[in-house]
Amino acid sequence: MDALESLPYFIPDLILLASAFGLLMLDFSIANKKLLPLLGLAGILASLLFCRYPAEPLPLFYGFFVLDPFSFFFKITALGIVALTFLISLDYEIPYVGEYVSLFLFMAFGLTLMGAANNLLMIFLGIEFVSILSYLLVGFLKKDPRSKEASLKYLLFGSLASGVMLFGMSILYGLTGSIDLNQIQSQLAAGQVSKGLALVTLLLMMAGFGFKISMAPFHLWAPDVYEGAPTPVTAFLTVGPKALGFAVFLRVLHTTFLELQSDWGYLLAVLSMLTMTLGNVIAVPQTNVKRLLGYSSIAQAGYILMGLAVSNATGVTGVLVYLIAYAFTNLGAFLCVIAVSNHFGNDEIENYAGLSEKSPVLAFSLTLFLLSLAGIPPLAGFIGKFYVFASAIEGRFLTLAVVAALNSAVAAFYYFKIVRLMYLTPAANREPVFAGTSFWVGLALTLVGVVLMGIFPLPFIAFVQKALIL
Amino acid sequence: MSNLLSWIVFLPLLGAVALLFLPKSKNEWIKWVAVGVTGLDFLLGLFLLLGFNSSHAGAQFLENFSWIPQLNVRYLLGVDGINLPMVFLTLLLSFLACVGSFGIKEREKEYYFLYLLLTTGMLGTFLALDLFLFYIFWELVLVPMYFLIGIWGGPRKEYAAIKFFLYTLAGSLFMLLGILALYFYANPHTFNMLELAQVAYPSLFQQLVFLAFFLGFAIKVPIFPFHTWLPDAHVEAPTPISVLLAGVLLKMGTYGFLRISYPILPEGARWFAPAMGTLAVIGIIYGGFVALAQQDFKKMVAYSSVSHMGFVLLGLAAFTTDGFNGALLQMFNHGTITGGLFLLVGVLYDRAHTRDLNSFGGLGAKVPIYAGILTYFSLASLGLPGLSGFVSEFLCLLGIFITNRLFAGLACVGIILAATYLLYMIQRVLLGPLNPQWSGLAEINAREIFTLVPLMILILWVGIYPKAILDLMTPALGALLAGF
Repeated sequence: MDALESLPYFIPDLILLASAFGLLMLDFSIANKKLLPLLGLAGILASLLFCRYPAEPLPLFYGFFVLDPFSFFFKITALGIVALTFLISLDYEIPYVGEYVSLFLFMAFGLTLMGAANNLLMIFLGIEFVSILSYLLVGFLKKDPRSKEASLKYLLFGSLASGVMLFGMSILYGLTGSIDLNQIQSQLAAGQVSKGLALVTLLLMMAGFGFKISMAPFHLWAPDVYEGAPTPVTAFLTVGPKALGFAVFLRVLHTTFLELQSDWGYLLAVLSMLTMTLGNVIAVPQTNVKRLLGYSSIAQAGYILMGLAVSNATGVTGVLVYLIAYAFTNLGAFLCVIAVSNHFGNDEIENYAGLSEKSPVLAFSLTLFLLSLAGIPPLAGFIGKFYVFASAIEGRFLTLAVVAALNSAVAAFYYFKIVRLMYLTPAANREPVFAGTSFWVGLALTLVGVVLMGIFPLPFIAFVQKALIL
Repeated sequence: MSNLLSWIVFLPLLGAVALLFLPKSKNEWIKWVAVGVTGLDFLLGLFLLLGFNSSHAGAQFLENFSWIPQLNVRYLLGVDGINLPMVFLTLLLSFLACVGSFGIKEREKEYYFLYLLLTTGMLGTFLALDLFLFYIFWELVLVPMYFLIGIWGGPRKEYAAIKFFLYTLAGSLFMLLGILALYFYANPHTFNMLELAQVAYPSLFQQLVFLAFFLGFAIKVPIFPFHTWLPDAHVEAPTPISVLLAGVLLKMGTYGFLRISYPILPEGARWFAPAMGTLAVIGIIYGGFVALAQQDFKKMVAYSSVSHMGFVLLGLAAFTTDGFNGALLQMFNHGTITGGLFLLVGVLYDRAHTRDLNSFGGLGAKVPIYAGILTYFSLASLGLPGLSGFVSEFLCLLGIFITNRLFAGLACVGIILAATYLLYMIQRVLLGPLNPQWSGLAEINAREIFTLVPLMILILWVGIYPKAILDLMTPALGALLAGF
């Protein structure tokens, strides 16, 4: 499809870009800065309104931007995540709100790009686009040295990872003469390229994908960045780029390298075990709640990787189901964390002592989110975990399943550290934590998502299955 | 009434939700709503008992709806001779322990909310016939229990609560892996226990999956060497929660064997029988000796549970009609007897604020009614003929005697030990000169007697006329045994 024909299908993305630029302009003329996130939210909603489920894959712009059920799914997910991030941000003191909102709208576009990229060039551009926006957002509190340090660290790590990934892509292009994932696949299938070389290129590209999804050993940036970034950005980074990183990873593995699954499957299984174990074990002694959730998010990536490693139908469904469940849960958890941290002015977990007496609804909700992260039924996190466990058993990855089971028990321990403080430790004072309207709206949305998906997972699974008709 | 089982399971949950709308200050209302709900649920249980056809071996009152069609998960509830006694026991104990909870004076709204949630979890675990549903209820029990021990418990409550939680969670995660293995082996994939029992699995598969389930159930029972969470949890938990822990939660483990491992994995169960018998005997003797050494009244009863649950395992290892009947009956009897003993420990602790057995003495003359009831429950627990404990332990021994005489002989040591530690306890608490410290000790009150009398009647009734309850169980257990 050429550019003109493609435009009607590109309206949602144009709306995103238009509102991003528009908000940058509006920032000069609007006095009430609090309105800007709401306008950003309106932009997202308008974009969502124009999204259409594609009955068959549409190769827009000469195939550089593929609109298929898979990219549709991730577009909805990305927009939803950004919308929730705006809600979360309303209560947080952010300087330069106009730029902040505008960057997030660009981010929504970048994430869409990642989900829709079907060739190496667009994949690289999508990942870089999202990465650069992430560096900016992490360093957004430019008077806070931790924020600056985090941003620089992220940039250095990210550049290295992108470089390695690009190196892999260039070799793959050299071997096959194509940047299109499908064409590369047919070259590989025809036996034109040696299997070993193809695997090397995949390995190199994994550096880039692994960086985005915080897979060990490319996770080292994550704790510092998550701790230093403004908390709404942390919340976003643990779900948004991670989800889309998985989308790209999944697409590359399944479109191009599916025949080599017996080779990368075990490698990913090992990396999955490594990721979850490192994340969980290091999370245990953490006393800063952002750092704790940061390590937990590394561990969660490990569980999601299980589905990717096994890569059977259950596993792939599991990856997507897990990502939705995780997005609801983690955004909800961060919503509560922001409310508490705003109140106390720091992120130490001692702040949570006796929270159940001071703010019972907040404490109860955070407990549900933590239980969902721990994978306790009947909450969303359990459905996700159930799927990836199921895929491991079905694919006979027994070691992986057992390691994941043990990891879940370890994880429950540190999630319950916060629950214990909230319910079992008496409060120092009786001053309730203040929370504004946007907090309650966000909380209601995420809470409904977490509980509903746990009890009636049917529509969510159906949504995922519709996305996987490739 | 249609959907009777759903009503039984979810009535406490409805009550819990209703409690959320009551203001925190209305303590009296909250209490009575909880008692009313558990009482009403118990009446529904009686209704179920009346409608139950005891000559029928299969599941009755079936409720079967599709829940998650993509995974073929069904909302499947049913009752048969195996879970009916457990459901009845759960309903009875949760009602009595709710009345026994009036001593709880802080954060009552949260307490009764969690209590009712726990009740729903326990009932659901016993009534679910779909493994997915079973797992959800099984885990649902865990979370309220953590809070009930952790908030209202004794000095080391936090340690005890998290230890209980992590132990059980680790076990149940392995059970989840076992469930998934069964699901994927069956074709078409299903979580329906009744259908899974029809599938023929290869031997090695059966053994592996049996072990996975064993880990989950053994931690819950608890079977030696997975028992170390039990004394901690029991000692720290408030009295009514100890009652439910001993009376119901421990049964969930042995019920799991009868409901899942045995019918679905018969070969695995046979293969594991010698190990099961050995662990049973170790539990009986070890639990007995450790109980004998305790200074703490509650800890003594907790370890006696390890010993008494050993008889259940012994019956399960027997693979005979008597053994299975004995095992299930022992589960029921241990619930009524030990539940009563924990209530009695609580009665004494509420007044004396100590559980140190050596600090008492001569209470028999001071509080004669309490002394009488305590003696009654102790005699039932040590297996005095005429009371219920004797019947079930005798059946277990009879069952294992045919299969393995060595186990039977060794297990008899446990009965002697039970007599020793219980009589030694009575001697230290009730007999001898009165410790002047307790000259002002108040007698057991009417509310406390009310929580004990139904249990005493059941103990006597089952002791004299066990046929009444055995008749309910026999067809289902007979069908189970026929599968081997």
